[in-house]
Amino acid sequence: MSAMARAATTSDAFNAIAEPRRRQILELLAQQERAVGDLVELLGVAQPQVSKHLTVLRTVGMVDVRDDGRRRLYRVNGAALRPVHEWVAAFEHTWSELFDRLDVVLDELKKGHQS
Amino acid sequence: MTEMTGARRAVVSTPSDDQIRIVRDFDAPAALVFRAWTSPELVARWWHADRGSVTSIDIDLRVGGRWRYVMVASGGFEVAFHGEFREIVPDERLVTTEVYEGAPDDEALTTTTFAEAEGRTRVEILVVHGSKRARDMHLESGMEDGLQRALELLEELTHGMGPAEAP
Repeated sequence: MSAMARAATTSDAFNAIAEPRRRQILELLAQQERAVGDLVELLGVAQPQVSKHLTVLRTVGMVDVRDDGRRRLYRVNGAALRPVHEWVAAFEHTWSELFDRLDVVLDELKKGHQS
Repeated sequence: MTEMTGARRAVVSTPSDDQIRIVRDFDAPAALVFRAWTSPELVARWWHADRGSVTSIDIDLRVGGRWRYVMVASGGFEVAFHGEFREIVPDERLVTTEVYEGAPDDEALTTTTFAEAEGRTRVEILVVHGSKRARDMHLESGMEDGLQRALELLEELTHGMGPAEAP
């Protein structure tokens, strides 16, 4: 259970933009607000896939959505992208990944000690 | 300020121009954290993150002993670090030199402390480089190639986003 919780904490902006298709989506949304259908057409990718990527981008706050009548329009949230520029954040991320793995090793060592 | 948070997140700071400080709390006693930090078969399991595969971990844990970590990064190139143990206080403190073999002239001195309280352990890593330039190179290494590319892309994107964000 705790391993799953930790996996979730690494689903941050860095992971979000590590995926090429999501970077494409960000590129398209940076040009203008678009509906899911627009992205499906521009990318030539099935809607469930586009929706899945949008969910990831929204979860980390890189994309905002608003209702426009019957359509939902997505756009890039510039403020959320800013921290990604900082090296220290990137460096911190690298170490966070290592330490998440170390947590798993330590959990196993603790179990070994108890039994 | 962050002293009491007990956060599971790694916190990185730059106390001076040539230093990097990394702090992280672990939910395990210091003896176990120290073991995971100094046993080759355990280091091999956490050190590489998702960036590649570890090909060798050598640790000669005695003062004057050498250590060397090697991994093959996702791009296929080898990344290796080595150094020497200068001070060893089991379960408490390690002082080592550290050289990234891609920049062999820059040797850093790394002090790692393991502080246990109520069964949890705070690890603090203080890396002292000889210069700001070497320190900055080390920080930049946090961004591997794919991420670097992504950052460049994002920079382009954000340049295109002026104050007129709304349509």
